[in-house]
Amino acid sequence: MPVLDTRLDTDDLTLTVVTEIDATPERAWQLWADHRQLEQWWGPPTWPATFHRHELEPGGESRYFMTGPDGSKGHGWFSIVETDAPNRLVFKDGFAGEDGEPTDPEDYGTVTVTIEPAGERTRMSVQTRFRSAEQLKAMTEMGMAEGMTEAMGQIDALVAA
Amino acid sequence: MVVHGLSDDDADRIFHALADRTRRDIVTRVLDAEQSVSDLAERYSMSFAAVQKHVAVLERAGLVRKVRRGREQIVHAGLDVIHQAKSLLESYEHLWRHRVARIDALLAENDTTRGD
Repeated sequence: MPVLDTRLDTDDLTLTVVTEIDATPERAWQLWADHRQLEQWWGPPTWPATFHRHELEPGGESRYFMTGPDGSKGHGWFSIVETDAPNRLVFKDGFAGEDGEPTDPEDYGTVTVTIEPAGERTRMSVQTRFRSAEQLKAMTEMGMAEGMTEAMGQIDALVAA
Repeated sequence: MVVHGLSDDDADRIFHALADRTRRDIVTRVLDAEQSVSDLAERYSMSFAAVQKHVAVLERAGLVRKVRRGREQIVHAGLDVIHQAKSLLESYEHLWRHRVARIDALLAENDTTRGD
């Protein structure tokens, strides 16, 4: 049962996804800290991500792009606010232009990752706070692209599991 | 950029409209059954004018529709817009459900290749 709960709060425009994974907190932290692992899950299979800069420390910056089936690229950035390995990570997540730099440094979502032991498993909660509804829409575009390439049955299976 | 038939301005209006507890409550009530503005006004400890203002914000976002019936103003749910807003949020959830599925696959793969 990987996804335990998703919660949307329209008052402060946040969406929280709570998951439980078969790994230690240290291992879960590596999913974020090691850019080669992050690349394997951040982008949809049809839009794989490449991180060409990844500094997971307060004040650190990350730059990445996702390559679409037609070769087009979507650029993004992280700006790391807080790290407390392996339990807590806070970063800003925004879109970038073709030069890889933020299109608008003030237009970002704040992502707070909390990792904690849950018995033999690890509970990871990811909260995204959006600054505008517009931004939420832009972020869902990627989910849309993905939704079209992966069978809906897979999602149902996830929910039902 | 248009997702689910909503423009950016539409989406902002919807979020602004839903960011208020009274307005969310109004949407819930009219989803259940149509209500006149006076019916709604009786349910809240605020003036008729204040309730009318909330209904107007919801109406601009398309979340409710208002029709005049005799002397009454009847408020209906704007089902198509409510549905669009819902699917917008669901697609963000799907994005994360897919990421979690890939994380699971990645961890499973590591388990089987470990020890080499």
